[in-house]
Amino acid sequence: MADQIPNTPKLDELEKGPWPSFVKEIKMAAKNSPMARDLLGVLELSYNEKIGHWKHGGIVGVMGYGGGVIGRYSDMPEEFPGISHFHTIRINQPSGWFYTADALRTLCDIWDKHGSGLTNMHGSTGDIVFLGCRTDALEPVFEDLTKAGFDLGGSGSDVRTPSCCCGPARCEWACYDTLALTYDLTMHYQDELHRPAFPYKFKFKMSGCPNDCVASIARADMSIIGTWRDDIQMNQDEVKKYADNGLNIQRDVAGNCPGKCMDWDGNELKIENEYCVRCMHCINVMPKALRPGKDRGACVLLGSKAPIVEGALLSSVLIPFWKPEPPYEDLKDLVETMHDLWCEEGKARERIGEFIQRVGMGNFLEEIGLEPLPEMVAHPRENPYVFYEEYYEEDDGDEGEE
Amino acid sequence: MAERLTDIGPPKYDKFLPPIIKENYGKWLYHEVLKPGVMVHVSETGDKLFTVRVGSPRLVSTEKIRNYADLAEKYCDGYLRFTSRHNVEFLLTREENIDPLIADVKGLGHMVGGIGNSISSIVHTQGWIHCHSAATDASGVVKAVMDDLHEYFETMKLPGKLRIALACCLNMCGAVHCSDIAILGIHRRPPRIDHTKVKKMCEIPSVSASCPTAAIRPATVDGHPSVEVIEDRCMFCANCYTVCPAMPMNDPLNDGISIWVGGKVSNARHEPMFSKLAIPFIPNNPPRWPETTDAIKKIVELWAANANKYERMGEWIERIGWPKFFRMTGIKFQKEHIDDFKYAGLTFKRSTHLTY
Repeated sequence: MADQIPNTPKLDELEKGPWPSFVKEIKMAAKNSPMARDLLGVLELSYNEKIGHWKHGGIVGVMGYGGGVIGRYSDMPEEFPGISHFHTIRINQPSGWFYTADALRTLCDIWDKHGSGLTNMHGSTGDIVFLGCRTDALEPVFEDLTKAGFDLGGSGSDVRTPSCCCGPARCEWACYDTLALTYDLTMHYQDELHRPAFPYKFKFKMSGCPNDCVASIARADMSIIGTWRDDIQMNQDEVKKYADNGLNIQRDVAGNCPGKCMDWDGNELKIENEYCVRCMHCINVMPKALRPGKDRGACVLLGSKAPIVEGALLSSVLIPFWKPEPPYEDLKDLVETMHDLWCEEGKARERIGEFIQRVGMGNFLEEIGLEPLPEMVAHPRENPYVFYEEYYEEDDGDEGEE
Repeated sequence: MAERLTDIGPPKYDKFLPPIIKENYGKWLYHEVLKPGVMVHVSETGDKLFTVRVGSPRLVSTEKIRNYADLAEKYCDGYLRFTSRHNVEFLLTREENIDPLIADVKGLGHMVGGIGNSISSIVHTQGWIHCHSAATDASGVVKAVMDDLHEYFETMKLPGKLRIALACCLNMCGAVHCSDIAILGIHRRPPRIDHTKVKKMCEIPSVSASCPTAAIRPATVDGHPSVEVIEDRCMFCANCYTVCPAMPMNDPLNDGISIWVGGKVSNARHEPMFSKLAIPFIPNNPPRWPETTDAIKKIVELWAANANKYERMGEWIERIGWPKFFRMTGIKFQKEHIDDFKYAGLTFKRSTHLTY
């Protein structure tokens, strides 16, 4: 185990330049952590050899949980004993990533006591990530975390840690309470979060408006994106002020409207709300003058994912408008129906979006008991290969049929 | 073991919300960007909450987190949050604290910005720091790219938002496929099969089933029950390696970076869209990946100089057309740019709407 910070001429190059340097961060941790010193050593080697030195994880975790820890081992344990095991611990973050200084210090104390002193704030799925833990320290870390009120997040084929935007806590555009829904779903699915039993991962992401700050439409199996049904709220005086301050409303606001539903005559902004597609552009540009309507809720979409296995998908509309109201039983019932179907019929490593591609959206809707709606498609089918499941016989409809 | 706590879930968020947020929850009326990286939210109660957004390398030490905590205590009554793109946001109620906070943030070597028409921090994965299937590093490439583009973090002079993301292999743990610019690590040689280990470490039917192009089939090699790969069908996704450690893909000569452009997530103006391939392959060139950073800077500056106000990169390219994008960037259009996977024909040009 390295007893001093190793020479890292290649990595040192990345201490230069104006953007904050991750190499400086590792060196900060390396002052006290032999694990961080060995990480510097192996990373310098990777920079020379252009190849990584990590092996597959295998099964490693805390007692009673199948998820939350990702096993990671060095392929050069003799040279770098400090990181022979270097597991990742995922810790479920509070909704919206709000913290107090005390809460952060508590997390740091736990990690300084047991691990490498390196973290990701945060990982891509949203969790607090403790980077680099020995197997024998996992249970002690977990014990200290739970005593401090923190629990592990998801990993493997389970419900992954739900995440959300800052929502009504600090955004005037939030069309529903993203933090409350995220916390509720996280607590409701604790068992599914910690004990992988699905064909593959299942992610929930909650965005308060169509700007979708947590990228739910690209990254979540279930994307819940806030929207509204009534008219955009408008303050004409403030619109005028934007114009007086030099905003070209006709070109930059109305001209960018995908619904082509706006007109600015130099004095008054007119919106034909019937044709508004609720894209947010005009509201984004003039937040003091325009606001989402008052009849707010969410659009529920399903099925996005990154490429592996069958190619990347975006989520598509499942429920055009849903009023999220605690305890959200209607949504949970629907999710349970979908999970049951997917667990029964899905293949290993098949995300629900890929499952729908394979069995057909029409069949999927039939199985989960939802009516097909025109909002679910960009346009009706173009190809004429329709799989009718029934056909008429000559005597269909005759009286006396058995 | 009686004391062992499980399934307690995360701390409830309201434990960590500052009083001003609790009092104005759901009551925010509007916001204004006061200067780069600084905004104010105004409530219908008249309360004002100031936010200072700070760029982060994402990989942070506990010492740095303690620095953040100290600043939050000094200027923000101990409250702060993180964003979905790994920035830190300090939440202030006293406007006079903004500039002293910014001075201290800069003293720590961090920048303030990333709001409005700017680049925000680059979302990225683990790379060589921590991942078994990485075809490139992540933190190092991101650091080099952000060193090049930091002025667009600290100002709002871009036409629209610029969202760059990096994933170190096709698994895309960062789901980068809908970014203005996606930096994607790729492998380009088929797996090296250790036939002595396949049977011990892997379940052969699962390995066969893992291949999206059915390139893997069971075979006995030198007396070992193993698999063979039809190399013509392999597109280097590494899904087989993920289910079977005896089929490593990593290779210094053939791993590298591809650049994808024109994706977006937001519904604003244009609907969400995938990024499309701009540069098929750039070799890894640590520590600063100069070919990658140069290519990205060139694309960003062309877009910045030519796009309309608020036009995201993909919206700009859609308006000018892909042929013009390739002409303007000088990127050579080649065979790899033409899709040859499922439903590739849907991506062919099927009109005479062309510019000359």
